[in-house]
Amino acid sequence: MEWIQQLVNGISLGSIYALIALGYTMVYGIIKLINFAHGEIFMIGAFIGYISISGWGLGFFPALLLSMAVCALLGVLIERIAYKRLRNATRIAALITAIGVSLLIQNGVIYFRGAQPAAYPQVFENKSFNFLGAQISTQAILILSVSVVLMLVLQFIVHKTKIGKAMRAVSYDAEAAKLMGINVDNTISATFAIGSALAGAAGVIFGIYYTKIDPLMGVIPGLKAFVAAVLGGIGIIPGAVAGGLVLGVVETVVSALGFSLWRDAAAFIILILILIFKPSGIFGKNTREKV
Amino acid sequence: MKFNRAWSLLAAMTLGVGLLAGCSQDDKDGASGSKDSDEIKIGVNLELSGAVASYGTSEADGIQLAVDEINDDGGIDGKKIKLVKIDNKSDAAEATNAAIKLTTQENVVAIIGAATSGATVAQAQIANDNKTPLISPSGTSPTVTVNEKGEVNEFVFRTSFIDPFQGTVAANFAANDLGVKNVAIFSDNASDYSKGLAASFKEDFEKAGGKVVAEESYVAKDSDFRSTLTRIKSAKPEFIFIPGYYEEVGLIVKQAREMGIDVPLMGADGWDSPTLMDLAGADALNNTFTTNHYSSDDPDGAVKAFNDKFNEEYGKSPDAFNALGYDTVYLLKDAIERAGSVDSTKIKDALAETDGLDLVTGNYSVDENHHPIKSATILEYKDGEQVFNTKVNP
Repeated sequence: MEWIQQLVNGISLGSIYALIALGYTMVYGIIKLINFAHGEIFMIGAFIGYISISGWGLGFFPALLLSMAVCALLGVLIERIAYKRLRNATRIAALITAIGVSLLIQNGVIYFRGAQPAAYPQVFENKSFNFLGAQISTQAILILSVSVVLMLVLQFIVHKTKIGKAMRAVSYDAEAAKLMGINVDNTISATFAIGSALAGAAGVIFGIYYTKIDPLMGVIPGLKAFVAAVLGGIGIIPGAVAGGLVLGVVETVVSALGFSLWRDAAAFIILILILIFKPSGIFGKNTREKV
Repeated sequence: MKFNRAWSLLAAMTLGVGLLAGCSQDDKDGASGSKDSDEIKIGVNLELSGAVASYGTSEADGIQLAVDEINDDGGIDGKKIKLVKIDNKSDAAEATNAAIKLTTQENVVAIIGAATSGATVAQAQIANDNKTPLISPSGTSPTVTVNEKGEVNEFVFRTSFIDPFQGTVAANFAANDLGVKNVAIFSDNASDYSKGLAASFKEDFEKAGGKVVAEESYVAKDSDFRSTLTRIKSAKPEFIFIPGYYEEVGLIVKQAREMGIDVPLMGADGWDSPTLMDLAGADALNNTFTTNHYSSDDPDGAVKAFNDKFNEEYGKSPDAFNALGYDTVYLLKDAIERAGSVDSTKIKDALAETDGLDLVTGNYSVDENHHPIKSATILEYKDGEQVFNTKVNP
């Protein structure tokens, strides 16, 4: 039953990618910016969770909520300080700024606490049980359920609330939304807050599942989540979830076939292929460029 | 230990050193007067500050203890040992400078150091050019005594065993002591250290009649090993050899135990860090083994005696670096006694002929590549503590 086990491994990994990819896709959907600092927010989220669990003795859920709140605030702060004034600048200027912010946060954390890794404390008693011959740990179940709940909450916010409606409107046409009386700045801030909170949650979950966190931990998952977002169709929320899960499973399958050294390469080969053959992603509709 | 950094710097240094060494030759011959005096000057070139200061300072303590003992005992052939200590600041270029100073200005008989392979390699050229024996207590990379062209650095020796040797020891331990037949190897593809250990483990384990049923690799900085471990698990090994560094090994051990892989796991000195315990947890580390130079729990008489003396002097149990530093002095003493003089070339010849010398870290002989042939200690993790398991001879 090796394959069921591998599928479980892949879905666990994929759901972390999916949570990060959601933030990428939401920000891109609303201001057409690839927020490369997103991976760093994920890292900060992991550290907030670490400090609140091992330093202040909080439980898992309070730590998760605290980390999401701090990351939401951080996301808004970054948007206000670094991106807002570039809203009418070229897209490449904003992109370069995002890379700058990313490096600043990475090295800032290294400066203040050093580059050595930290080990996440054990918050749950980790039991595994046998399901059709596969060992499934309670942690994996928890990660999946937290991810699914967060995605459902997001779906609810985007489709059933006023702010969600505003977000969809701004994403569709910012100018027209402004004319209709929508506060575009606040809507963009809300988008950053929600996306960053999800990244923070992903950070805590990552820490619990993989134990080791360090200041550069956001780089690779950040890039992978970016691939996942593009794979699903950047700007499309269900696409990010699907892209994340597909990517997680593909990476696991590549390792399972014995090509573990090719795992990272596989993710980026997917990125190249999707950009060549279907740049709009799995869920994307082909739209004609307006000239 | 395994710090092979600053290679590019090294290349630049050797160029410069070649020039310097030319000048220094005459100085040395002219200053032979010091050698007839009633003391033997030995240079110590160690990492006393910087990134790996803990290795260097530990070795310096061991060296000092051995020298005090010898001097209290009347010295070597009536001559007292005088140490000239220089801090190389855990930097290869500083190590080169220190070696130049020791050979050309201080005219030492031999140099002890450095603790890491990189800083030792950085001095090899100077030791050869100035005909001064250089003994690294803990440089475990094969390149310390054999240069990239495959030639032996004539004047360079070491006290510790070499990295790939730990693979041999692990293979013997698995085949003979644990009695397993089917094993898996999970190595770090980004590290020469790991690949070297994996290769020698495989060779010797197959020689002993065992079978490697799965061979997988990862790349340093990975954090998800579950899919590869699932693959390893389905090959049903009775033992897994994981010659990596503690950062990844901690995660591998934890994830393997979570997936129900409860066979013995084994690694080498790359596991040796308190961080391993934080990452993997004490429970997951039960039934895991590592090879090391030395253990203070070793019931051997010589080890006990050293332990007591060290405890008396410094008030703590000695670690492997203390023991290696201590042994290096006795290795040198033995060679000077057999050479019958403090002539550097004669000492070098005597060092190269060392055979069956009993040291704290094991019985020591040297092969034609200046690689020691000596026993290694197997440690086992038990409820979060490293305890002595057994000693394995090559």
